[in-house]
Amino acid sequence: MSLENNSGKNFMEVAKGLKSWLVTLDHKRIGIMYLLFVISAFFLGGVFALLLRFELLSPNQIAFTAKQYNQLFTLHGAIMVFLFIVPSIPASLGNFLLPLQIGAVDVAFPRLNLASLYIYMVGAVFCFLSLYLGAVDTGWTFYTPYSSTTDTSVISITLGAFILGFSSILTGVNFIATIHKMRAPGMTWFKMPLFVWSLYATAIIQVLATPVLAITLLLLIFERLLGIGIFDPALGGDPVLFQHFFWFYSHPAVYIMILPAMGVMSELVTTFCKRNIFGYKLIAFSSIAIAIISFLVWGHHLFVSGQSQFAAMLFSLLTFLVAIPSAIKVFNWLSTMYKGSITFYTPFLYFLSFMFLFCIGGFTGVFLGALSIDVHLHDTYFVVAHFHYVMMGGTVMAFLGGLHYWWPKMFGKMYNEGLAKTSCLLVFLGFNITFFSQFIMGSKGMPRRYYSYLEQYQPYHIASTIGSWVLAVGFFLMAGYLIHSLLRGKKAPSNPWGGLTLEWHTTSPPPLENFDVKPRITHDPYDYENMDIPNEKGMLK
Amino acid sequence: MKTIAENLIQKGSFWLPRPATQIAHDVDTLFYTILWFSVAIFLAMFIIGLVFVVKYKRTSTNTKAEKHVTHNNVAEILWTVIPLILLMIVFWWGYQDYLKLSVAPPNTMDIKVTGKKWFWSFNYPKEGINTLNEFVVPVNTPVRLIMASEDVIHSMFIPNFRVKKDVIPNRYTTVWFEASDIGIYQVFCTEYCGDGHSSMSAILKVMSQADYDRWLQSNGEDTDTPLPELGKKLYTAKACNTCHSIDGSVKVGPSWKAIYNSDRQMADGSSVKADDNYIRESVVNPQAKVVKGFAPVMPAYAGLLSDREIDAIIEYIKSLK
Repeated sequence: MSLENNSGKNFMEVAKGLKSWLVTLDHKRIGIMYLLFVISAFFLGGVFALLLRFELLSPNQIAFTAKQYNQLFTLHGAIMVFLFIVPSIPASLGNFLLPLQIGAVDVAFPRLNLASLYIYMVGAVFCFLSLYLGAVDTGWTFYTPYSSTTDTSVISITLGAFILGFSSILTGVNFIATIHKMRAPGMTWFKMPLFVWSLYATAIIQVLATPVLAITLLLLIFERLLGIGIFDPALGGDPVLFQHFFWFYSHPAVYIMILPAMGVMSELVTTFCKRNIFGYKLIAFSSIAIAIISFLVWGHHLFVSGQSQFAAMLFSLLTFLVAIPSAIKVFNWLSTMYKGSITFYTPFLYFLSFMFLFCIGGFTGVFLGALSIDVHLHDTYFVVAHFHYVMMGGTVMAFLGGLHYWWPKMFGKMYNEGLAKTSCLLVFLGFNITFFSQFIMGSKGMPRRYYSYLEQYQPYHIASTIGSWVLAVGFFLMAGYLIHSLLRGKKAPSNPWGGLTLEWHTTSPPPLENFDVKPRITHDPYDYENMDIPNEKGMLK
Repeated sequence: MKTIAENLIQKGSFWLPRPATQIAHDVDTLFYTILWFSVAIFLAMFIIGLVFVVKYKRTSTNTKAEKHVTHNNVAEILWTVIPLILLMIVFWWGYQDYLKLSVAPPNTMDIKVTGKKWFWSFNYPKEGINTLNEFVVPVNTPVRLIMASEDVIHSMFIPNFRVKKDVIPNRYTTVWFEASDIGIYQVFCTEYCGDGHSSMSAILKVMSQADYDRWLQSNGEDTDTPLPELGKKLYTAKACNTCHSIDGSVKVGPSWKAIYNSDRQMADGSSVKADDNYIRESVVNPQAKVVKGFAPVMPAYAGLLSDREIDAIIEYIKSLK
């Protein structure tokens, strides 16, 4: 297809109908389809969360049996991790924006990109198959020997996670090739937007760590199907070996989840402060540092599993080291606000929410990294609260910030700013009520994954459940104004926020091949001092 | 679940349960050190952020950012090195306390602990005493628990002592403590182990040496309590209540209500009368006959109950009409 034939048409208008979406090779359409799937997964995982929080209103049975409760928290975790948060930012926003931000026509391998979407769909089908075959009740971590012996359908969900892993690997390979080979003329490595740097670091982890998860899950499937003793001590296996294998992937995986979020943050802070990023290189290198060190900290999930004191010491040390690059980024974002010209549109409110919540997540991580304190806090609600502050307070806030930031670019429509701000506030408040109460009950000893609990913990559980309702209201409001925006939204200008990176140089939504004129890069990505804001006409003041 | 040990929340601080060992006090010192440092740094960052958003908000006069500071080597090195130093202090401090927590002194009093779905059993090897979901130790005496699981992974957690260790099949793990305060303490299982995970709790009684000696003396068989009454006690003490109701509701296992002398449908299609022999067999070797509709998950109580105790449970089941 040549540009001439489609001139004036955006990527959604060049072809219509379901088939044009299903066989598309356009990274933008693939990104939007991913967006649809990850939001659906988030909705489903969220419903499970609401149900299990409801059951926890009382230590006695309200609506579910112990087994159903165990299935609920397993499905909540597995869906949120494997179907939502791992692909959330890279596969949806990343797919849409990576070629735009580096001035490319598409990703390096468009067919592979579509294949990874289909593999994701197949993996999702296997995960949902588990719902019919007897929903799995092992927790999303599938610890052996419980998972080798439970009568629920462990095989179908692990097979699902195994297949989803390939989708993740292929996206990673594609992004690495794209970033290496497809950058527009003049875009040197240090002129790339920081979101691209973070996707690059993420892709490295996806490609290197995911195969280990795949092997581990395959071994677990072999053990269950063929009775080969690998992890089950009854068959001569070692159950703790599974934990090592599992966390060798799953700890780097939490950085797969947070790194792209950090990339989004760098985009938000520069655009809404109209100011060059503070410490570009340090932020870029800290992404790479996180990617490397993240492979060496898995043992901090095993501090009370009987691992040697020497190993525990090393893993504790490395855990503290991986905290440094994250701290650097936060300080740099904070400094970027210094002497800026700050506007408070919804994406920036999500930036501020991230800063607040991620800091709490980070500080509570220091408690858990300290060996003696981790012994007390391990497997309590303190840990549950900590990773929700990092994963939801961090990644989900950045995802929502990115979604609101790029929404006009993706769909060419604006949303209702007042409702969006209200929703952001509700999500922020609801989140804190839900999870801060969990810090307190956790440090008081409340163990996680408990269907019932001692009566003395009830006030904290009630607070947490009420918080989950506030969160739900916030999210339903968001769904409402976003759907309204798609149907009736005001037409979006090319550059509503006054961003500098290349996606703001083209129209909203962009044409099929992204740019009418091939971009040429001469400045740093956030150089507001020396560059004029592109398409300034129509920008919100 | 009813609260038995009151040391968790009622007598604790805002954040932590009341410490009841010397090491627990040490762990808490580090906890509060990190807490107050974190609060201070967080507040400082919060205030700086607040000042920035107020001061540098876009106005008609502030439409473009002022002179852009793109980096500052001194500042960036400072906020890399200072957190690094602070974290290294926390690391070393935590490691030193962890060594104290995990290396037991010589000459501990040893208790063998077995985790099973879903109860804890305790064995005093010297005295030959067995208890279930409850154990007793003397105050100011180092005690070591030598633990193993008979099925999946469990985890032994005593919040007031700040100790926790996974209990693994086919391997011994240990935990040690020296209780400094007499009292009743809660014990949790903190590694997810299935339907009864949250009911897998035990009570630890810390007594004076004299009381402990008396407890050792009296811990022979209970020969005084009438059988049905003893059975009722054992129903909760031996954790039968985790899986079996007495009101007819179905939990992990069949309810005990009105089963005595009734005909039971087995998983293999046969039918068995629930008489004394059947109940006895179901306690000692539960897998021998499994009731239709239930998973064969009950652990064997062989060796955990005396003959009189089994008789007591049979009498108690008889009384549940």
